[in-house]
Amino acid sequence: MLAKRIIPCLDVDNGRVVKGTNFVSLRDAGDPVELGKRYDQQGADELVFLDITASHERRDTVVDMVGRVAREIFIPFTVGGGIRSIDAIERILKAGADKVSLNTAAVDDPTLVNETSRYFGSQCIVVAVDAKRSGEGWEVYIHGGRTATGIDAIKWMEDVEARGAGEILLTSMDCDGTKEGYDLELLSAAQDALSIPIIASGGAGSLSSIYDALAVGGADAALAASIFHYGTYTVGDVKDYLAKRGLEVRR
Amino acid sequence: MIGVIDYGAGNIASVCNALTYIGKETTIIPGPEKMERCDALVFPGVGSFGAMVDNLRERSLFEPLFEQVRGGTPYLGICLGLHLLFEGSDESPDHEGFGLLEGRATRFTKGKVPQIGWNHIDTLIDGMPEGWAYYVNSYRIASSSHAIATSDYHGTFIAAVRTGTMTAFQFHPEKSGPYGLSLLQWWLSCLQRE
Repeated sequence: MLAKRIIPCLDVDNGRVVKGTNFVSLRDAGDPVELGKRYDQQGADELVFLDITASHERRDTVVDMVGRVAREIFIPFTVGGGIRSIDAIERILKAGADKVSLNTAAVDDPTLVNETSRYFGSQCIVVAVDAKRSGEGWEVYIHGGRTATGIDAIKWMEDVEARGAGEILLTSMDCDGTKEGYDLELLSAAQDALSIPIIASGGAGSLSSIYDALAVGGADAALAASIFHYGTYTVGDVKDYLAKRGLEVRR
Repeated sequence: MIGVIDYGAGNIASVCNALTYIGKETTIIPGPEKMERCDALVFPGVGSFGAMVDNLRERSLFEPLFEQVRGGTPYLGICLGLHLLFEGSDESPDHEGFGLLEGRATRFTKGKVPQIGWNHIDTLIDGMPEGWAYYVNSYRIASSSHAIATSDYHGTFIAAVRTGTMTAFQFHPEKSGPYGLSLLQWWLSCLQRE
């Protein structure tokens, strides 16, 4: 059976990791390669690099970083943040990334999901969804969570699955940053509606919260940032715990 | 020198990176010319079976590669590079594979398809290391007398085959961390013994 995946997420600005760089004994704490290697050694199943570069040079710095990471780290990694065109996706994938994640660009033009999944293969195309509770359901937000769209999150995910998305990176905006656990209702609703893998994001705190996202929420993978960056837990700690509670993990 | 076949579709950077990392020299093979000078050939296939065969033919790679593999040049197929050794794939019934091994690729019938993620490699032979490898596939070879490893995804399927100078992995060793690199090294050590 497939193992449940644990995925550290790194924020990158101009090719440098900007959050959670207080790892001890790193030569260069902002170096995506060195941090990625550290997580690889801890047993991370994949990495996500979220590009938050605001400048016009962003694309070049990202492609350069992807190339450096791909030469030294041999687990799958996804690049997201501000990716809007087929050309940008092609450059990132050719440089060695395995997947790209699309967020605002997919909402602005959903046919981008059709085109890119047909051209590069569904396995390369992750759609990132930022969802916030609204009435009985959840609403999709874009522009890094600043803009409400009025779109129902579950319907949106069904739509992008039909368009060819290979995976969903589902972030609960209500839980993100709280460290009080993932939105299990959101995960369960998504799990019931979709047949593609779901990566749970937003709210990772205790070890049991990660277990719940995978075992109760039914997610295929759990993404976390600060608990790893600030050394609360290593990826190995998380996996030891999950294995003890009977989940299949790669160790 | 290891030739990595570039048929235009796959991302071959990762395979070259992994081989370079373990100290092997690689050269990219975009057409039939340089193939004969290689000690071994690696074929990383992604996408759909039919598109792969079409691309190989368009680049005049299909026949030369078939001749090299049949003629005993060591070959490592990855993902679709495994299916290529067989008769064909239900993914693209109009396209034929090399037919060097009996059987054809069929679609997973249970669970989420494609299979995306880490699955355990259960080896059937001595010397091949066991571990977890990264898969991305919708089609697989359900059984083969040349199997050297299997995995389980709602049922057993072929993780790796080996016969003569042909070896192939359904999973991606170039994306399977240190274990994946150890499998590439294992394959290279098999070559030295041949």
